[in-house]
Amino acid sequence: MGSHKITSRTPGVFYHRPSPDADPYVTTGASVAEGDTVGLVEVMKTFHEVKADAAGTVSAFLVENEDEVTIGQDLVELET
Amino acid sequence: MSLQSVLVANRGEIALRVVRACRELGIRAVAVYSDADAEAAHVRMADDAAHLGKSAASKSYLNADAVLEAARSAGVDAVHPGYGFLSERPAFAAAVEEAGLVFVGPPSSVISTMGDKAAARTVARRAEVPVVPGSDEVASVDDAVAAAEEVGYPVLVKASAGGGGRGIRPAATADELRDVVVEAQREAASAFGSDAVYVERALQGPKHVEVQVLADTHGNVVHCFERECSLQRRRQKILEEAPAPGLSPAIRESLCDAAVRLSREVGYVGAGTVEFLVEGDEFFFIEMNTRIQVEHPITEWVTGLDLVAEQLRIAGGAELSVGQDDIVCRGASIEFRVNAEDPDQDFLPSPGEVTGLELPGGPGVRVDTALMAGDVVPPFYDSLVAKLSVWAPTRAEALARGRRALAEYRVDGLPTTIGLHRRLLDERAVVDGTYDITTLETWLAQR
Repeated sequence: MGSHKITSRTPGVFYHRPSPDADPYVTTGASVAEGDTVGLVEVMKTFHEVKADAAGTVSAFLVENEDEVTIGQDLVELET
Repeated sequence: MSLQSVLVANRGEIALRVVRACRELGIRAVAVYSDADAEAAHVRMADDAAHLGKSAASKSYLNADAVLEAARSAGVDAVHPGYGFLSERPAFAAAVEEAGLVFVGPPSSVISTMGDKAAARTVARRAEVPVVPGSDEVASVDDAVAAAEEVGYPVLVKASAGGGGRGIRPAATADELRDVVVEAQREAASAFGSDAVYVERALQGPKHVEVQVLADTHGNVVHCFERECSLQRRRQKILEEAPAPGLSPAIRESLCDAAVRLSREVGYVGAGTVEFLVEGDEFFFIEMNTRIQVEHPITEWVTGLDLVAEQLRIAGGAELSVGQDDIVCRGASIEFRVNAEDPDQDFLPSPGEVTGLELPGGPGVRVDTALMAGDVVPPFYDSLVAKLSVWAPTRAEALARGRRALAEYRVDGLPTTIGLHRRLLDERAVVDGTYDITTLETWLAQR
């Protein structure tokens, strides 16, 4: 078992859910395949989906919902 | 009673624009700012400033409670919302009114009416202003087909609760329409929580022409002529000009009259913009923006008015400083929006540090920006970082002046739309002024 961190490709604001009233894309303990959406980053009023770049189980969210992120920042940790 | 102090509830170039107008009128200007904007120019140039919260817009400039609290503790007598953010939220304007402060704009009830598509169309019909031929909400596929026969094909099926271009589907024939209505109802239900749709005539290549109006609290309403804003990508304007090239004097007069009638009908107060689509010799009201507009400088260039100063005077209870006959449209003006976006990468937002900056200058050139060399463009807000506008006695000279000013303009450290504007000014349709709302996207797709 290894661990992998999904990072942000842009600076902005990180969201766990597609819209404020929706369910989160994934929760801790969920298994994801490569290419699955795990969150959303808003940059200058445009929204960019954050895709898992590896398969694994979500072990932790490293950024709270609606928190600011920088480019390259670790967002989600996977157990691979 | 003229205003003594104003909370400028915005950021960036428009906040600075309002701060400047306040200073010229002897009004104390209080800025607001988020964490990311603590060192920003609109804060530095204001008389005072209040911190709103974290950088995300929802935690700062969109946080109505924080803005109201800033207004109360700063002891201002008015709030200027700028554009975007809280400027067209009726609940915010109402809260400002309830706090006993002046909202620099129309009454909250007017924002509410004009922000509702159906209500705005009703106001337009009452004022005898043409709207795009369309139906009421259709209950069934057969109703939709009957409605389409009446308005004429091709049609668009639109979600009543939709907006920003979402929930719109085209149909050229009754057969297509039958499929499209079902899809549109399903999509509308899941996206907007209501499956209500209506049918509207699809225009083929209209121009977007809008009319600036000013109205005071004494019943005076004037227009300040029109702006041509058809060069748009995903419904975002990129270049605007005044006057609208190729518009016949008869249509210009009808448009301006219609804008004044509509503003009177709804009881408008302040600066506002009535937007129309123009196709052939027909024009149709689409919506009213109940605030100052991004592209207001080109109207200021051709009329010599200071629209933001007029807003502040109107909010202080004064009569308009000019009558309709005093307002003359002279020469030609063009505005170029400088966005922190990369036109070569599908307009990917490009926040970051501006390492070097050279602004254009000289005769007939104006730059509205809050961006200084060494500043960081934050990722949290709109990508507009500057507006270059030029004026000249004729349109041909304004185009030449635009090319000259764009050549002088240099931003280092991040991609912007400056290069795109340089290329656009070589395009035949732009030079001729024959472009319509489809031109820019078609051109970008072919490039």
